[in-house]
Amino acid sequence: MRTFSIGGIHPPGYKLSAGKPIQRAALPKQSVVLLNQQIGALAVPVVAKGDEVKTGQLIAKSGGFVSANIHAPVSGKISKIDLIPDTGGYKHKAIFIDVVDDVWVDTIDRSDVLIKDCNLDATAIVAKIAEAGIVGMGGAAFPTQVKLTPPHGKKVDVLIVNAVECEPYLTSDHQLMMEKGEEILIGTTILMKAIQAKRGVIGIENNKPDAIAHLKKLSAQYPGIEIIPLKVQYPQGGEKQLIEAIIGRQVPSGAFPIEVGAIVQNVATVFAVYEAVQKNKPLFERIITVTGKSVSRPGNYLTRIGTPLSDLMHEAGGLPEDAAKVIGGGPMMGKALVNLSVPVTKGCSGLLVLTEKETLRNEIKNCIRCTKCVRACPMGLEPYLFMTLIEHEEWGKLEKERIMDCIECGCCTYSCPSARPLLDYLKIGKSKVGEVIRTRKQ
Amino acid sequence: MAPHIHSGDSIEKKMYGVLLALIPAFLVSLYVFGWGSLIVTAISVVSCLTFEYLIQKFLLKVKPSITDGSAILTGVLLAFNLPSNLPFWIIIIGAFVAIGVAKMSFGGLGNNPFNPALVGRVFLLISFPVQMTTWPLPGEHSYIDATTGATPLGMLHGHFGQLPDLSSMMLGTIGGSLGEVGAIALIFGGLYLLFKRIITWQIPVSILGTVFVFTLIMGLVSPDIYHIGLIKTACPAFHALTYALFHLLSGGLLLGAFFMATDYVTSPMNPRGQIIYGIGIGLITVLIRLFGSYPEGVSFAILIMNGVTPLINTYVKPKRFGEVKK
Ligand code: SF4
Ligand code: SF4
Repeated sequence: MRTFSIGGIHPPGYKLSAGKPIQRAALPKQSVVLLNQQIGALAVPVVAKGDEVKTGQLIAKSGGFVSANIHAPVSGKISKIDLIPDTGGYKHKAIFIDVVDDVWVDTIDRSDVLIKDCNLDATAIVAKIAEAGIVGMGGAAFPTQVKLTPPHGKKVDVLIVNAVECEPYLTSDHQLMMEKGEEILIGTTILMKAIQAKRGVIGIENNKPDAIAHLKKLSAQYPGIEIIPLKVQYPQGGEKQLIEAIIGRQVPSGAFPIEVGAIVQNVATVFAVYEAVQKNKPLFERIITVTGKSVSRPGNYLTRIGTPLSDLMHEAGGLPEDAAKVIGGGPMMGKALVNLSVPVTKGCSGLLVLTEKETLRNEIKNCIRCTKCVRACPMGLEPYLFMTLIEHEEWGKLEKERIMDCIECGCCTYSCPSARPLLDYLKIGKSKVGEVIRTRKQ
Repeated sequence: MAPHIHSGDSIEKKMYGVLLALIPAFLVSLYVFGWGSLIVTAISVVSCLTFEYLIQKFLLKVKPSITDGSAILTGVLLAFNLPSNLPFWIIIIGAFVAIGVAKMSFGGLGNNPFNPALVGRVFLLISFPVQMTTWPLPGEHSYIDATTGATPLGMLHGHFGQLPDLSSMMLGTIGGSLGEVGAIALIFGGLYLLFKRIITWQIPVSILGTVFVFTLIMGLVSPDIYHIGLIKTACPAFHALTYALFHLLSGGLLLGAFFMATDYVTSPMNPRGQIIYGIGIGLITVLIRLFGSYPEGVSFAILIMNGVTPLINTYVKPKRFGEVKK
């Protein structure tokens, strides 16, 4: 069975919410829609305080080439446009909407009817995706229309759908595949058309045999789409790792996937594309796994963007007593949340509560040079060496040792028997070296 | 900060895992050498722990880390490289050199360039050559005045005696240091380490493979010089094969390949480098055994390659993702 060839780890899965049907989360009283939900420029508000909006109505438009439209996730009245601290405590601009009923704009097709045919051409599809404000929903939140517009002269021959969900605990993609399989296949077909790729591949790790079987059965009617089971190994959902696992080509250091003729889209993004193109529905809600060993109702919740995470937590039975850390995203790459009043964004795939026992670390000790971190690194780097070089501020050497190739997957820190915070150092090192590179280019 | 979960691995797990893997070999040495084996090991371990504690507490003024298992391991490995009738004060000197000089003076666990147990052993070998090469005969269970004899490798080097056959080498009923006897027990321990992923295959396999191939070739090319005293068989291949097997099973080769050369701190930092390191150890071992003046070469070979390790780490890098193939 296929997988990537360098490094990798096997953390326990803890898929507590696997098989839990997608459930609608209740609407919040107030929705807080951040303007920096996507990578790139801030979106620019097109509404003002006091305006009435309908669910699905454009409230902020893309602020540049790399940016995305934002739509009202609820109906109601704009109460203010103000700053709100994000997950890390930094303040960002957001549109606050006081929720009144749930009136949708009438262009959205809210029926369950499956629409298979799509007569739009590539340009029209990309335009519709841009209009709907779709971003990468695996966590990166990179504007999808930008990814679908490859630089001139580059040919794409395969669209890869990332349905790996390699982070422990998370199950939202899995459940989406079980319930919306056909929509995902149609979305894949649409995306293939958009980038003129003959081949579409959906990569799924073999710890989800039901999803593999389900999509395999359905895919018979969709020419060009192949379902490929992958051997479980973290970080298979890393773009470069997934491409190698599926087509056996390694994206060169510093290059983009397009270099090897591939474009990768997350499976939840593909579903959003289906809804946008076939149902005229902009991206304003998504499925979020709310989970943790002591959470009383772990599950997969269809949640409107802008819903405070505390509401979502409440939905799953409230914050458990022994909660030691709450994480936005998965346990390997997610962010620790300092407060739960922050709202759901388009890139938020999970809300995870870790217990004290899980978060406790041993005392940090000397590096015993055991090579665990080197062997775990999926990029073939030497994390122990980075840490020493960072301590000595050897930025030049760090660049030569390819620190910028690091994908911040955390395999090194996870494996270290001396409990060394390798990735924490690496992030500092990367931003320093990045600065050095930028000043040199100027 | 991310990642928010951890494998749960720790230094302790690794060190105690290695100690566990050494138990079968220790039992064999108990069977072969009796009390002597127990006494030597106990003295060595206790002195290593004591030196580590005293140096950390009073000289370096840091929190002693004797519970991490690394000092115990050094003590056991040192003992395994000693004859079972070695006077206690020599053992204590060895432990002091291992812990005080080879480990602590470089900054403790993780910073020492050379394998502490081997530094201790080689220091003793050079300072007390007579005591260090007088091996009690198997079955001599007393610590104080055991009858002594030569090791198989020593015999090969011109000392008199009847060479043991391969099967008693496998079982351990031969002369030698504590950990040199009992090939089966050592292999068993080594496999456990591999299975538990405490060590990886690169180092032991490249060492053993190199020694095997090298001695096999020597046995084929000049069977008159390189033989183990067996009656010449008609088949030169069989002859060379027994010669090569003899080298694999004798001396500290198995102990060295599985337990000493694989020491994390002093071996290279990636699989490619580890293979080069292993081949180096294998070659040097055979060169010393066949052409050097010491009958046994593994300890020296490992120490020499320890010294080369920083160089290997600088020039041999792991297989990078997206390396541009030329
Ligand atoms: S975080 Fe970076 S250095 Fe660490 S394992 Fe992942 S890619 Fe390698
Ligand atoms: S895993 Fe930790 S102890 Fe082992 S080499 Fe890497 S940094 Fe050092």
